[in-house]
Formats: sequence, C-alpha cells, structure tokens
Amino acid sequence: MIDYQVDGDGIATLTWNVADRPMNVLNTASLAAFDEALTKAMDDAAVKGVLIASSRPEFIVGADLDSMGGKATVEQLYEMGAALQARFRDMETGGKPFAAAINGHALGGGFEVCLACHYRVAADNPKIKIGLPESKVGLLPGAGGTQRLPRLVGVQAALPLILEGKELNPAAALKLGMIHKVVPADELLAEARRWLLEEGPKNAVQPWDRKDFRMPGGAVSSPKVGPVFVAGNAMLRAKTYGNYPAQRNIMSCVYEGCQLDIDTALKVETRYFVNTAMTKEARNLIRFFFSMNEAKKGAGRPEDVPKAEFKKVGVLGAGMMGAGIAYVTALSGIEAVLLDTSDEAAAKGKVYSEGLVKKRVQRKRMSEADAAAMLGRIHCTTDFSDLQGCDLVIEAVFEDRAIKADVTKKAEAVIAEDKVFASNTSTLPITGLAEASVRPANFIGLHFFSPVDRMPLVEIIRGKQTSDETLAKAIDFVKAIRKTPIVVNDSRGFFTSRVFATYVREGLALLGEGVSPALIENAGRMAGMPVGPLALADEVSIELMHRVGKQTRADLGDKYVPTPGDPIIETMAEKLGRIGKKAGKGFYDYPEGGSKRLWPGLAEQFPEAAEQPDVDEVIRRLMYVQSVETARCLEEKVVLAPRDADVGSVMGWGFAPYRGGAISQIDMVGVDAFVAECDRLAQACGPRFTPPKLLRDMAANGETFYAA
Amino acid sequence: MTEAYIYDAVRTPRGKGRKGGALNSVTPIDLAVTALKAVRDRNNLDTSHVDDIVLGCVEPIGEQGADIARVAALHADYAEPVAGVQINRFCASGLEATNMAAAQVMSGQSDMAIGGGVESMSRVPMGASGGAWASDPQVAAHTYFVPQGISADLVATKYGFSRDDVDSYAVESQKRAKQAWDDGRFADSVVPVADINGVNVLDHDEHMRPETTMQTLAALDPSFTVPGEAYGFDSVAIQKYPEVERINHVHHAGNSSGIVDGAAAILLGNKEIGEKLGLKPRAKIRAFASVGSEPTIMLTGPSASAEKVLKRAGMSKQDIDLWELNEAFAAVVLRFMQALDIDHNEINVNGGAIAMGHPLGATGAMILGTLLDEMERCDLNTGLATLCVGAGMGTATVIERV
Repeated sequence: MIDYQVDGDGIATLTWNVADRPMNVLNTASLAAFDEALTKAMDDAAVKGVLIASSRPEFIVGADLDSMGGKATVEQLYEMGAALQARFRDMETGGKPFAAAINGHALGGGFEVCLACHYRVAADNPKIKIGLPESKVGLLPGAGGTQRLPRLVGVQAALPLILEGKELNPAAALKLGMIHKVVPADELLAEARRWLLEEGPKNAVQPWDRKDFRMPGGAVSSPKVGPVFVAGNAMLRAKTYGNYPAQRNIMSCVYEGCQLDIDTALKVETRYFVNTAMTKEARNLIRFFFSMNEAKKGAGRPEDVPKAEFKKVGVLGAGMMGAGIAYVTALSGIEAVLLDTSDEAAAKGKVYSEGLVKKRVQRKRMSEADAAAMLGRIHCTTDFSDLQGCDLVIEAVFEDRAIKADVTKKAEAVIAEDKVFASNTSTLPITGLAEASVRPANFIGLHFFSPVDRMPLVEIIRGKQTSDETLAKAIDFVKAIRKTPIVVNDSRGFFTSRVFATYVREGLALLGEGVSPALIENAGRMAGMPVGPLALADEVSIELMHRVGKQTRADLGDKYVPTPGDPIIETMAEKLGRIGKKAGKGFYDYPEGGSKRLWPGLAEQFPEAAEQPDVDEVIRRLMYVQSVETARCLEEKVVLAPRDADVGSVMGWGFAPYRGGAISQIDMVGVDAFVAECDRLAQACGPRFTPPKLLRDMAANGETFYAA
Repeated sequence: MTEAYIYDAVRTPRGKGRKGGALNSVTPIDLAVTALKAVRDRNNLDTSHVDDIVLGCVEPIGEQGADIARVAALHADYAEPVAGVQINRFCASGLEATNMAAAQVMSGQSDMAIGGGVESMSRVPMGASGGAWASDPQVAAHTYFVPQGISADLVATKYGFSRDDVDSYAVESQKRAKQAWDDGRFADSVVPVADINGVNVLDHDEHMRPETTMQTLAALDPSFTVPGEAYGFDSVAIQKYPEVERINHVHHAGNSSGIVDGAAAILLGNKEIGEKLGLKPRAKIRAFASVGSEPTIMLTGPSASAEKVLKRAGMSKQDIDLWELNEAFAAVVLRFMQALDIDHNEINVNGGAIAMGHPLGATGAMILGTLLDEMERCDLNTGLATLCVGAGMGTATVIERV
C-alpha cells in the first residue's frame, strides 16, 4: 500500500499505491500503512529526508468517502481527526525534511499530505488538479487544510479556494504559492530529491513554526483582513441562504484558527470538521455524490446487452432543442445529421452550434482546429434519406402527435431495423407516440433539458414496449455525450416534469391564498431552489402551462383533478395577457437593462391576506409537495430507484442539493415526521399533500429510503 | 427610592469627524476633560463629592481605550477619590452612562455622579474595536448581521418611507438646527474647545449645512447600495424579512447622522448634596429603560424602549410634552413618529444628528441636555429622550422639571 525504500543518500521514499481502491485514497488501511512507514523513516537515524510520492497516475485524490458514510460517532470522528493532525504535525516538526512529489491529482486529504511537507513540487502537466474540494460534498478539510493553506497564501486568497472547493492546475497553484515549483514530469522525483539533499537540512521547519511567522496578507484582525470576514459572512449567506454548514464552518476555521498557534488551530479545525461531518447536509451531499457517480456509470442499464457505439446520430427538428442535441452529439465526436423542413431552418440549427463553439474558442477551451472539425460533424439536411446509417435518431419536432408520427415513420423507413428511434418529447406519453412506430420495441423517450449544452441530465423514458436492448443503447448514448441518465417509466409528465410542476403549482396556490408574492419567491430561494416558483412559471412560460393544462384537461376529461393554480394561470394568460418572461411580462416585469421585479399589479389581482404565513411554513409547502409527488412516482413505479429520483430532482430542476434530492428530503425529515406533516398539510391545503401508502407503510415499519 | 436630580448638562461643540475637522487635532481625552472641567468650573464644584464618573464610548480602543473615564478624571484634576468607568451601549452610551450614574444616586450608593460620553470618530474610527457580531462567521450568520445603513434602508422599505420622505425630514432637521443656533438656544450648554494655549479650536457645531435643500440632497447617491448589493447584505436582510422583495436604498450622507467628534457630561446627585453645595436642580430622572428588539432591522428599538420607560414611569404618551430621538437616520425618526403617532412639532424641535452630528459615545448625554434646555425655554414639564442602538436595542429616559 505504501512502498518504502531508502537509498544510499539516506532519502526514504514513501510511495503511495492503494491497490485495492480505484485510486489512491486516504482510508483506515492506507493511513495505517502510511503511519507505519512514517514511523520507520522518523526512527531510522540513517534517513536524512523523506520523499512522499505515488506510483499511480494520481498522487492522492482525498479521503475515502466510503468511510465517511455517516455511521461514525462524534467520538470516532474526533479520534480520527486528532490522529491525522498529530501524524502530520510529526512530519512537520520531526526535524527531517519532507518533500511531496505531486505527479497527479492531489486533492482534499491528498493535498493536505502535501501541505504538511516542507517542500511541494508538481509535474508540469496542466491536467493535474490540486486543491481542497471537500466543501463540494458538504465537508471541510479536516487534516489541516483550513489552517495551512491560509498560512501559506493568506486568508483572502485561501478562503475562496476552500469555500468553493476550487481545483487548480500546477501552474495556477504555483502562482498562488500553494506549491513551490513545477518541473517536467520526468524530473519530478529528481527535483524533490535535490531539494531534500541540498536545501532540506536547513529548511525542515514550516513557516508557521518559525518565531517570526506573520500571516501573509495580514492578520485576521488587521484592517485589511477584518472586513474580508464581515463582507464574506454576508456574501456567504447571500449565496447559500445559510443552508450549507460546511461553508460556514470553513469560515470559522479560518477566522478562529488563524488567530491561534498552529497546534491549537488544528484542534479548532477538528472540532468544526466533526461538527460538519455530523450534519444532515453533509450526509445528503455525500450520498448525492455517490448517487451521481452511479447514475453517470449508467446504473439500471440491462446488463447482458453489449455496449453500443455511436458513429452517426440523426436529429429531427433544428429548433432550440434539436440544435442543442446536435451540438452535444457533435461535441462528443459523433456525426450529427440535423434535419428540418427547410434548408434555412436546418442551417439555423447549426448556427446555434457555431455560436457556442466560437465562445469556447474565445475562452481557450477549444482549439480552432477542433472547432472546425466539430462543426464539420453537423450535417444539415431536409432529406430523410440522409439518415441512412444512423445508429440513433432523435426527434425534437413540435409537440404534436401527428407531426411526430409522421417523422417517426419517415425516419424508420430509412434507418436499419436494429437502430433506435427516440423522442425528445417533454409532455406526450411515450407509449402513445410509439403507436406510430413500426418497431415500438426500438422506440424510447430521451428527454433533454434546455439549454441542452448546459443541462447535465437526460431523462430516459421507457415505453410499454421498449426493449431492454433499446434501453441499454439509450443509456450508452447518454453516457457517450457525457450526460447523466436516469431511467423512468412512461407516465404523464414522466418524472421530472411531473414533480417539477408541483413546485410551481404550489407557488400559484400560495398566491391564490393571498400570500405575498415576495414571500413566496423568497421562500423558494431560501429553501435552496434556484429561483422562486413564480419566476419559474415565467421562465417556463405561463402560456405553455396554460396550453398543457388545457390539453391535459381535454385528455383526461372527468378524471382531471383541478389544482388551485389553474384559475391563476388562466387569468394571467387569457385575461391579462401576461404570458411569461419571453413576452417581457408575467408574474414579473422585465424592464430593459434592469433586473426583473414582481409585477405591482399582482396585489390587485390576487389581494394579499392580512395574515401572512411564517416563511418556514411556505418553505415546507413548496418543498414537501415535491417529495410527496416523488414518493407517488416511486409507488407507481414511474421512477424505480430513490437514487434516480434524487439525481433527477437535483440535476433536472435544481432541487435543493443540501436536502439530498426529493427522496432524501423525506429521510432527512424522518419518514414518520414527514407523513405527519403531510397529513397536516393535506388537511390545511388539500389532498395533493396526502401521503401515499408507500410512505405510510414505511413510517409504520420504521423504514427509511436509504441506510442511515 | 432616592430621587436623582440633574444639576448641570454640558457638551462640546461637534467637529467634523474626519481629517480637516476642527476637533481632529484634539485628543479624545482632552474632549472628555473639556466637558468634565466645565461641569466643575461652572458649578464651583468641589469634586471630592463626586463618587463616580460614567462615560460612554463606543470604540474603547487605542487612545479611547483603557477606561477613558477614570483617566479623564485624573487628567481633569478631579479629586483622587473620584472613580471612573467607561461603558458601551453603542449609540445610546451617553444616555446609558447618565442612567447608570442616576441609578447610583437613586439606589443610594452614590450622592453625586457624572454621566456622559466621548467619541473622537476622526481619530478612532467606527469599527475600530472589532467585535464578534459582524466578524465571527457563526455569530454573523446566526444573528443575520447587517450594517446599520442597510437596517435603516430596510426600515424605510418596510414602513414605506420614500427617498422624498427621508430627504424632507433631513432638510427640516437642518432648518431647525440653524434656527436653534441663530436663536442661541444652545448657548448655555455648549462649552468651546480650546487648545493647550487656551486658543479657541471650535465653538459651534461644524457639521451643519443649513443651505440644504431637496435639490442638493437629490444629487447624493444612496450610501448603502454597494454594501447591500455587492457584499450581500441586502440578501441577508431579506432572508430575515422575506416579505420584502428588495431593499429600497434611500439613505445617504445628507439624511443620516453626521460623523463627528465631541463629548458631553451631566452632573447628577441627590437632593441633599445639591442643597449642601448650593446647586439648583433643573430636573429629575423619572425613569429609564433599555430594551432589545430584532437586531437585523436593528433601529426600531426606540419605540419599544419608549413604551417600556413610560410604563415604568406610570405614564402614557400623552404625559410627555417634548420628545428627543437621535437622528441616526431619517427613517428611524419617521418610523418612531409613525409607531407612536407623534407629531413632528413635538420631536427634535431643534434639529438633531442629521444636522449637527452623532459622536457615538456622547450623543445620548447631548440630546438629554438639549431636551432639558428646550423644556426650560418653553416651560414644558416632561420630556423623553431615546436612541436607536446597535444590535436592535433602544434606550430611553424620562425627565421631569422640578
């Protein structure tokens, strides 16, 4: 696990190779081995210096999150933290020089190992990532990172790095002073050895252990750094609404710790680390991290189907969605045939890609040559015979059954019998659309989100007759274009649109009850949603909601269950003509050059009640309504795994990540407490809150969706 | 209970609290000494009768640090037994110091005490003494800290005061202050500050801008838009007051209290000591109270403290003849008048801190003196002085002429 070698010059090399894990990580076993090797090196008088290296492509990518699953107790975490801090302090103060040879990613605990070395040299490879990304999974660097980094680069430079979990390449890390030197990869070990032999003996002491140490950039209480905290505290709340304890605790680690000596400071860090690791938010974010990884790998893919390759993909309809799909397809090295009814329309779809590629080139994220090659992979046409040879055809035409049926037939006539035809519909049930197909087993839904180039999720909808093979191929394609798939069964609105709509509709219900629109919108954002429900209605378009509502009412007839928001949508769309953001007026006004403001006329249309609810109650309604609908989706097997529901809700419509997703939220609240709250809300607001049997049974049996 | 009487109240003039301000060259200890010497010399006071000096100071650090009250007593050549203590109730420190001095008398533990305060904002700037409230990440997050300017704009937003409303108030404050000075209404209370050679340094309130009009104020940009929007404080305030869509930034240098230097002192004692020393009591302290209210909107404490002190005094609003509320920000006074339904003619009749400035630690004692002067001038019986205070507090004192 840690290879130990001492050479003739007395340099001990400790080489990380955690062979039983996919990458070098810090866990109980690897740390024990590291500890043993350290002790050996410290105790051996013949060892003059210690070199920490890795024999794998990465250096160390951080702590093993599997070991942070949330089962540890406060006492265990304290013990773990204290042991780690002590080990690193031994490296710093043992009198022997330590050097880290950063050959690959040095992240989180991996970079903290480097920080505890007296010398840090990295290979000259821009792909190497260096940093402390713990906060992204709701944790904080608990092995000295919040103390050593600010003592190296100053509070002002260190805070954003830790708060945002920024990962830097070696050149950037060098510029900030996080590492000492960057050398060609093949000189890395030699440079580390050179330092240990030539400079190490005189420099085996960290800056913060020197008597004359001063905080670079100024002390915490200095006129320069003090205001950083005053403004930083507010900016953090403005950004996180106080929902992310890790970030707040990172601020405290730096604020308190940097006023103390390093040993006391490390104790303070451990306190906050333990506090952070025990939060529900950290558990939710870690679980979400694992769920995302599983989803990205294509969890739920039928196993016995061989992996499909995609060389050529047809996209029908060059509107906003079709253009976006063609863009992400071509960007992933796949030929994209972009078909529309006229040459102009098809060409316009390609212009969309040209615009995006141009920006990438300007930002130096793509070379001119790659950009030209990428655009060369988009072929515009009006001729269905150009779809010949496509491995997959995706239609993104107007949401009209007849038009969709027509293009399905025309495309299927051209592509091979074993190829897949997918619909990017967001509203029409897949099984019904598949009726137009001659090969319904090959027919599937691929629901992309807008804008396609930026939204990471694709909701794969399995129709009644969709085959395992088709599903597997669809998942393979989504992976090929580097998006994250979730698999759902066919139902009105599928999973994401169906549940997402409950958030917007609850906002409308609140408005109808006379709750102040500002309170509704602020509550949505405070809950952790990207925007308030009324702003979202404007963005989705009130007109579209009105149209879909009418269609649904027509489709369902007597079975249609009216929602409290229906009359509001009707008033806005028909009576007031305030149809949404695109029209420049909806629940908000959109003044040119200014930021949007709630339409003052709302007060007249939907008079505010004298008594306003508590913001927490508004938040509960907006958030719980999504979870209860998601639980119904699970019960109805629209969505099959809690993992897919969590990933789909966070990636699909921005459900508050710190709540872990629409299903994790129920675990976070506690299933029985959630059921009780929903019963109360059903009484107060209507049956949309009535918990499904699935939840009642779980509550009765003391079950949870996820293991603790 | 022993009655506490006010025997004298003095203040220095207020100098612009910045480089170039007349009192910038004067140390805070000399400002305090000026006030203390005036109390002694005007009353031929044998200072050995003074039990304690309580001075408010909001930034007690640097040359205002280390118990400026005791050091000022020594430097003013008060008798050695005179103790001194510095206290901090933020903007109400001067009034709180007076209340505490009165409390010593009322409880029978002191015969005579001095309350007052000092602040050289030009030499020890606001925020100099730090503190956990704004800086400590846990505390700031837990208490939804925002700076007072954001709170003032939140008051205006929540209670519906427009830019015109606050600017009109400011114009009136300037007008009233000028009238008061022109009439010589402060003449008996303001003691000029002299240098070590006895040469006059400042004998009038330097911050006043009597030429202020709605037009001149309209040219000023709001002061708190940047901290509100760029540093996230608006969002913090809205998260505490989610019924507010956005903060309407209406306050600026022209309708907020001026940053100035100054000191004040009030001589208090029981009846016997006054008689013994041949001093004439001007008023008695009826009651005083401090109270905490919601700290993010921060500046709505005065009405709560006024209600509390009135209750304690067994009085109602109608029993108060004259009101004095520190003009920290125009919206603070507008909200107070709105909340308690007080006519503008009965409050801050000689202007206030928008015109003359707000030397943080001293202001409370200054406005109590101003209140008493005006009660005497107009032959009114009762008065209430109050200030909004950081972190949501309010302090109020009711006095009654004797």
